Amino acid sequence: MADIHIGHLSDFADRRARTVQWDGTEWAVFLLSDGTFRAIENRCPHKAGKLSEGIVCDHHVYCPLHDWKIDMNDGQVQAPDTGCVASIEVIHHEATGKIFLRTESVTLKQSS
Amino acid sequence: MKRKLVMVGNGMAGVAFVEQLLKLNPNKYEITIIGAEPHPNYNRIMLSSVLAGDAEMKDIVLNDWDWYRDNHIMLHVGHTVTQIDTAKKTVHTDQGLAVAYDELVLATGSLPFMLPLPGADKEGVIAFRDIKDCNTMIETSRKYKKAIVIGGGLLGLEAARGLLNLNMEVSVVHIFNYLMERQLDPTGSKMLQAELERQGMKFLLEKQSDTIVGKKRVTGLRFKDGTQEDADLIVMAVGIKPNVQIAKEAGIEVNRGIVVNDVMATSAPNVYSLGECAEHRGIVYGLVAPLYEQGAVLAKHLAGVETKGYAGSVLSTKLKVSGVQVFSAGQFTDEPGTKALRVQDDLSGVYKKVVFQDGKVVGAVLFGDTAEGSKLFSLIRSGEDYTGREREVLFGKEGGGGASSTADLVEAMSGDEIVCGCNGVTKDTIVEAIKEKGCVSLGEIKACTKASGSCGGCKPLVEQILASTLGEDNVKKVKEGICGCTELSRDEVVESITRMKLKTSKEVMHVLEWRNPEGCSKCRPALNYYLGMVFPEEHEDELESRFVNERNHANIQKDGTFSVVPRIYGGVTTPEELKRIADVAGKYDVPLVKITGGQRIDLLGVKKEDLPNMWRDLDMPSGYAYGKALRTVKTCVGNTFCRFGTQDSIGMGIAMEKRFERLNTPAKVKLAVSGCPRNCAEATIKDLGVVAIDGGWEIYVGGNGGTKVRAADLLTKVKTEDEVLEWTGAYLQYYRETANFGERTSEWLQRVGLAHIKAALADQGERQALVGRIEKTLDLMKDPWQQIIESDDLRKAFDSLTANSPDAASGGSLNVVQGALAEKPQAE
Repeated sequence: MADIHIGHLSDFADRRARTVQWDGTEWAVFLLSDGTFRAIENRCPHKAGKLSEGIVCDHHVYCPLHDWKIDMNDGQVQAPDTGCVASIEVIHHEATGKIFLRTESVTLKQSS
Repeated sequence: MKRKLVMVGNGMAGVAFVEQLLKLNPNKYEITIIGAEPHPNYNRIMLSSVLAGDAEMKDIVLNDWDWYRDNHIMLHVGHTVTQIDTAKKTVHTDQGLAVAYDELVLATGSLPFMLPLPGADKEGVIAFRDIKDCNTMIETSRKYKKAIVIGGGLLGLEAARGLLNLNMEVSVVHIFNYLMERQLDPTGSKMLQAELERQGMKFLLEKQSDTIVGKKRVTGLRFKDGTQEDADLIVMAVGIKPNVQIAKEAGIEVNRGIVVNDVMATSAPNVYSLGECAEHRGIVYGLVAPLYEQGAVLAKHLAGVETKGYAGSVLSTKLKVSGVQVFSAGQFTDEPGTKALRVQDDLSGVYKKVVFQDGKVVGAVLFGDTAEGSKLFSLIRSGEDYTGREREVLFGKEGGGGASSTADLVEAMSGDEIVCGCNGVTKDTIVEAIKEKGCVSLGEIKACTKASGSCGGCKPLVEQILASTLGEDNVKKVKEGICGCTELSRDEVVESITRMKLKTSKEVMHVLEWRNPEGCSKCRPALNYYLGMVFPEEHEDELESRFVNERNHANIQKDGTFSVVPRIYGGVTTPEELKRIADVAGKYDVPLVKITGGQRIDLLGVKKEDLPNMWRDLDMPSGYAYGKALRTVKTCVGNTFCRFGTQDSIGMGIAMEKRFERLNTPAKVKLAVSGCPRNCAEATIKDLGVVAIDGGWEIYVGGNGGTKVRAADLLTKVKTEDEVLEWTGAYLQYYRETANFGERTSEWLQRVGLAHIKAALADQGERQALVGRIEKTLDLMKDPWQQIIESDDLRKAFDSLTANSPDAASGGSLNVVQGALAEKPQAE
């Protein structure tokens, strides 16, 4: 298990996401307004909507299909809906600007 | 050359007919109206309300003097037509006026039937028919005490109620042994009488009037049985008779009323009749709804529009005197062959009767609770067959509550029934949220259960559950802002943006102290829109605050693919364009190619990363099928080829689509242009629809063909294409500047009122100012597909990143980030 290089800081825009395939899963990698990154499985537990296309508000993203709200810190769907998505840590190497996914940090999904 | 249309009579039925005619064909006729009363058209039915003190005279005017002038109608009031010369096609009035006609419409209404009693000519004996009568009653109540109303029918009881309100002592004399026998059965009538007696009315039933006593002024009424009753005022409300004298004298066929056929034509050529003076298939109508139907048919006939003709009406009445709820419709008496379902509750004062024939509802009487009146009336008209399940009409399915009012509906619902269909929320869930989670407002229930959080249609039901569960006084009414992040309304937000010159959504949320510093999925796009609307030149569009569709300029589908809809102006394409679309669809293996309702072509199932290349290969502008923007301008063929077309609807439509494409609006906007009043482009269910008429264009606004279908209202009529563009630009800009984000024009128009919008656009200077502002916005817009193709930065957002696995030989990325990973174990 290692850190997977996926891109560079310049590939990202404020409160937007890029997608990347790894280990059979599509991940949505977000750059938040405070300069930090989050990455979650790009699949809403409701009807498999692409979370990468959602609107980002602080560390939350709203699924573009039916507006489910997901906390990107822990992958939990917010009330009144329930569910969760897998999340993975993102490493931003400041010196080079390179962006990595920390593969051993993947949190397993509790429900599918 | 306009034909001369002359109408005798200036009342509700006649003027409604003229309004319809003007809508259909305003330029065919030169219209003259001759009316005996010195007033413009007023709502005679509301005289009861004026009498009762619920309305003022000015409130009941339907068409003021200006209306006649604005529509170029020649109006002669205070003239009574005394002679119709069908040979010379001229009418003569008592003031010596002679008016020639090509088409004549007799809408002379009724005269109140005055009992020919001795003494009927004394002072203080009147009918209850017009404004003059109303004024007499009001004046009399100031000086005198006792009033008698002869006639216990609909009109008499309304007169009696009005007089009670004027503080007179009122007795109602009726020849029959129960009241309102034309609308009620004996049971309903007895309940009505009890209620009216409770209100202070006295009744003298089965009394036949004999003589009116008094000197110059009335002092009393003597009956045939010898008894007598004092009175300072006698109102005769014993019926009306059609005003047909002049028709009879002119040799036109008259029975009880002026006999007309299914297109309201009389026996004389070019002479028509409608309203209370007309008799159709043996019936003379005394209620207003059938008369409006007659007017609509006659208008079509004279405008040259096809009509199936008038086939008679089913009648319904609602007694509109305050406090008394009575409804009757259809055939409510117990005839052979009918069976009735009755509910009588003397304790609550409720009586309901539904009459069935062959399983269909043919009549109904409701007293005390008339909430189901409209439903029953529509069942009578539709003729739905309830054989085997008749009880459902009053009791609903399975013996539940069955009534149409919200409170009853909610009461009748079982706990596991779905209240919010969009989100599948049951009544139990909502009650639980109230009882166990402490929700006391609509907003809290929404946050807790999602009920009423999507389309909002169940809001009344949820509010009712709140009220029923908590008790009306305990429901918390929270001031709702544009979303959960703020209490500020849309107007307050826009005002702040304008005044403080806020330029980004971040600024707005910070300065206006949003609860959530980065907002939510509701307010971020809304703010982005408002900022762009107020400061089109300065505000930089915030891609991160756009819905996915508007950001990617394509419609997201359920599986994460997208659809591509190129612009096809006015629904007109070419073989070359079609070939290009087909080639692109083939090249990118597009799973579904579909023709849209907007008269263009949709390519569905497109992968996100293929979008920019497809746009490049199509080389067509974006059709904006995804945006809160102008969508399409649908057209019908018009006079380019159609034999009925009066104008070039295609040319007009294309000009409009080219002028306003890309315009961002509070909600999607759909336009259409029809080439003649047949309206094949369905312009009248559009946000703005243009209908060609002979010599010009009509502009209709506020229509909607979606979940809440609404026919558009006429905004204005213009002559030239340039004027159409000017009015459209002004209207759209006014909508952009004042509507809520997400509010369709039909909702906005109903909220602010058509009159208000008309007033805002009335002045040409104001329209041009609006047009100036919309052009400023339009000039800044560029084709988004082209922009994305040309910008690497924008293009790359459509590609995925690729994961590179760490490479041991080169040390891969791990070596480079050695420092950062120093504390972590190396990979295996």
